[in-house]
Amino acid sequence: MSDKKIKVIISKIGLDGHDRGAKVVANLLRKAGMEVIYLGMFQTVEGIVKAVVDEDADVIGISYLSGEHLMFTPLVKAEMEKWGLDDVLFVVGGSFPPEDIPPMIEMGVDKVFRGGTLTDDMVAYIKANVRQKE
Amino acid sequence: MAVQKKLSPEDMVARLLAGDLRMAARLITMAENRSEKIGEIMKLIYPYTGKSMIIGLTGAGGSGKSTLINWLIDEFRSREKTVGVLAVDPSSPFTGGALLGDRIRFQKHSLDDGVFLRSMGSRGYLGGLSRATSDVIRIMEGMGLDVILVETLGAGQDEVDIFHVAQTCILLLTPGMGDDIQAMKAGIMEIAHLIVLNKADLDNAESCLRNLEATLHLSSNECQEDWAPRIIPTVAAGERKGEIKGIKELVEAILEHQAYLRDGQNIETFQAKRIEQELGLIFKDEVEKIVFAGLKGTGRKHSYIEAIRTGKNDPYSVVEEVLKEFIRGN
Repeated sequence: MSDKKIKVIISKIGLDGHDRGAKVVANLLRKAGMEVIYLGMFQTVEGIVKAVVDEDADVIGISYLSGEHLMFTPLVKAEMEKWGLDDVLFVVGGSFPPEDIPPMIEMGVDKVFRGGTLTDDMVAYIKANVRQKE
Repeated sequence: MAVQKKLSPEDMVARLLAGDLRMAARLITMAENRSEKIGEIMKLIYPYTGKSMIIGLTGAGGSGKSTLINWLIDEFRSREKTVGVLAVDPSSPFTGGALLGDRIRFQKHSLDDGVFLRSMGSRGYLGGLSRATSDVIRIMEGMGLDVILVETLGAGQDEVDIFHVAQTCILLLTPGMGDDIQAMKAGIMEIAHLIVLNKADLDNAESCLRNLEATLHLSSNECQEDWAPRIIPTVAAGERKGEIKGIKELVEAILEHQAYLRDGQNIETFQAKRIEQELGLIFKDEVEKIVFAGLKGTGRKHSYIEAIRTGKNDPYSVVEEVLKEFIRGN
């Protein structure tokens, strides 16, 4: 009678003060039956990844609206590697030029959702790609 | 070093006891998910539990539980105690999803090695205590944390279950939550060891405090222990320490209650109560499992429901029949 739930950490990072989108996504994933922890704004790379460790989260989602996505993404990935989080799905959302997507994938992001992504697609992607733990 | 899938329960528990944070986090997930291995794992952890201070906090949504806990962590850390926080938030009864929002208030402590923060969806046990919650607290005790703060959402009237597991029970109230008659209602007021009047800087806090004190005097002899519950006014919202009031007093009161518990036979009474509660939860869970495993795939659940709906049977007879079949010897 196992009762598994997908656990997601959603966060803003650095000096990025726009979190409407992050809240909308958090709420959509909750409605899709996931357990979502929203960390809020002005978080550090270390703090976000430590939250993923403590919470044993399956997915880490970072929302960018500040133009700092190419700077922070490799830092997040490095911190994840430090903790051995190679089975945690790393997704990114927000507003950035489409040509920045391939470099982010190169940096280790599993999936990038730009503005305009359909919510069903996002939920389906997470459900299909989340790790099978225990 | 991803958490290994094929570790034995013995190895997993050895890692937990050695302070492996990711293993602790994974075992908590297994308890939440009611993994098949968790029973075996809990048996191994159990002997290492029972040493932590377990403090329960309940109160209505918006009364300031998470904000208060943020400062409690500060105060306990300044006294060199390691702290675990288990924050339980409601799951949706429809989708099973949950937005766990408490961590946003304690996140500044996330990088402190002496602090472990964990959020949990109630998954259908709103108010009451699930077996999972009880197991998660035991796992956190296995981590060797000095203080474990358990935050549950409560309307403040009958969230009594958590108080059998927590040694020191704190009820959070705020001014303007109803008159003294509301507070006189039986239930949580009688069980709380400490009552915190948070947001004590609001206008009507003074009269609220007096009302609460009067109510407490009226009901004090009903308390099963000889600990006299007390009321502590606090102001927990603020960025700087200077704006915060009553936290030191609250922690001192918690420690005083803990000292009282550990002096003499009180701790034995408490331990017996906790074991009784746990036994009840485990029994309920295991009986349910046996019955559901027996009914699974037989289509009988549906025919029972139809029989009851159409008046051919009633729920009491159905349960009696099913129990007789699956639980022998009665």
